[in-house]
Amino acid sequence: MDNFEYANPSTVKEALSLLTAGAEVLAGGTDLLSLLKDEVHKPKRLVNIKNIKALGGISKAGNNIRIGATVTLDELASSQLIRAAYPSLVQAALGITSPQIRNMGTVAGDLCQRPRCWYFRSGNGLLNKSLVENGENKYHAIFGTGSAQFVSASSLGPALMALGATVKIAGADGKTKDVPVAQFFKAPSAEGEREIALAANEIVTDILVPAPATKNATYEVRHKQALDWPLATASVALRMSGTKVTSASITLGHVGPTPVRATEAEKMLVGQTITADSAEKAGAAAVAGAKPLSQNAYKVQLAKVAVKRALLTAAGVKAV
Amino acid sequence: MTVTINGKAHQLSTAPDRPLLDVLREDLGLTGTKYGCGEGQCRACTVLLNGKPVTSCLTPARLADGKSITTIEGLATGDRLHRVQQAFLDAEAMQCGYCVPGMILRTVSLLEVTPHPTDAQIVEALDGNLCRCCGYVRILAAVRRAAQTTDGGLPHAE
Ligand SMILES: Cc1cc2nc3c(=O)[nH]c(=O)nc-3n(C[C@H](O)[C@H](O)[C@H](O)COP(=O)(O)OP(=O)(O)OC[C@H]3O[C@@H](n4cnc5c(N)ncnc54)[C@H](O)[C@@H]3O)c2cc1C
Ligand code: SF4
Ligand code: FES
Ligand code: FES
Repeated sequence: MDNFEYANPSTVKEALSLLTAGAEVLAGGTDLLSLLKDEVHKPKRLVNIKNIKALGGISKAGNNIRIGATVTLDELASSQLIRAAYPSLVQAALGITSPQIRNMGTVAGDLCQRPRCWYFRSGNGLLNKSLVENGENKYHAIFGTGSAQFVSASSLGPALMALGATVKIAGADGKTKDVPVAQFFKAPSAEGEREIALAANEIVTDILVPAPATKNATYEVRHKQALDWPLATASVALRMSGTKVTSASITLGHVGPTPVRATEAEKMLVGQTITADSAEKAGAAAVAGAKPLSQNAYKVQLAKVAVKRALLTAAGVKAV
Repeated sequence: MTVTINGKAHQLSTAPDRPLLDVLREDLGLTGTKYGCGEGQCRACTVLLNGKPVTSCLTPARLADGKSITTIEGLATGDRLHRVQQAFLDAEAMQCGYCVPGMILRTVSLLEVTPHPTDAQIVEALDGNLCRCCGYVRILAAVRRAAQTTDGGLPHAE
């Protein structure tokens, strides 16, 4: 690895001015250090944002709960505010490996981490349709989009999307913008394009989660408990009137280049009571459009089960 | 940058992409911290950063500026082993010993927060720390044993 510069700003403004061409944000470094070692990223300067006080903390902000970009995964999972309102987020955060990673890794870092696709990590770029289709694709997409057959790695992404959260971004001109999580993730259509709506000279400053009027949950299916990313997850948020669902939000994780919204399943549940039967049907509807690759048809079943169990967990119905 | 390692302040300078693990092992000769995978999977490289366990292979050394680090070398007081070290010895919880520094530091941090863990809590805490040869049964026994002895926390805890 070549030597390069390191900057340690204490304000967002200063950090933005340091993010000139070839510079990259450094938060906990748990993903970036691997990307540097494998020479997938070759920045000329690292801008450490961990010393910017304004980017930390979890607090009430009007009708939202604001999560600072550099809040660690451990702080998120142990926050009383979060635990009381968003079990879905706590479940997603606690799924992420061991305390060792959760103590360093940050919330924005989780959203901005690069895909784990092995073709990408070995320097072949993100859009490897033919490599993926003809090669090892056990862990790839079942909801691929065009040439994008990798899966989004973020566990918080699907949970935040189901909760209707927004990502606050500060840009080089000092302007800020609010991007719904559903639009923050995007499938690239040309090599060199990112899988998130974030330019190299922008910083994620906060995540805003709307007031918790929902019963919510995340259910993950993993190979082993502590290692590796999930194979498939489902995050759900339900608005209820008595035992009846008035609106449902369902997002699948680790099955496509972005978190995948299950619109049909959401519609089906309106007016229904959550039972093993209705949850099962919603699961089936959620994966109806899946297009598995040669080695990953098993993920369709996992995603279906994840939806069912997330719904039962959110509604507090005992799984069968 | 200034880093307090095992209670002693060190002035260090290093490239921004170097992991803390390399600085500890190569620059400071603290080879008790082990390199297993280099990618966050095995936890052999676990050290305590301000008392919390982190994988030093994925922690940029520069992020330790102004912080304090405890490695396996910093646990004993003189000739007296830390109670968790002693418990691992007494329980014969090692064969090659490669995973042990990480196991012990993770256990130290667990017992700071949860002095009397259940077996389930122990397994959950050590879940990511891999052992390739000795076996987890003895490690579990060692942690139970450590939890039963009362003396000694971190010798230089903040
Ligand atoms: C063994 C292992 C298992 C893992 N398992 C999971 C899992 O199951 N689920 C999961 O979701 N994650 C998993 N992770 C990933 C982990 O959650 C991320 O590495 C971590 O959250 C990244 O945060 P960080 O602060 O360390 O980011 P860094 O490594 O510092 O940064 C990662 C990227 O995000 C950018 N970035 C970070 N913060 C900002 C910001 N505020 N604004 C703009 N850009 C920013 C950086 O420039 C960089 O490109 C795993 C990691 C390891 C090592
Ligand atoms: S049996 Fe396998 S894992 Fe155990 S020490 Fe020998 S080679 Fe390593
Ligand atoms: S060497 Fe750090 S986790 Fe394996
Ligand atoms: S004792 Fe050899 S790896 Fe655990």
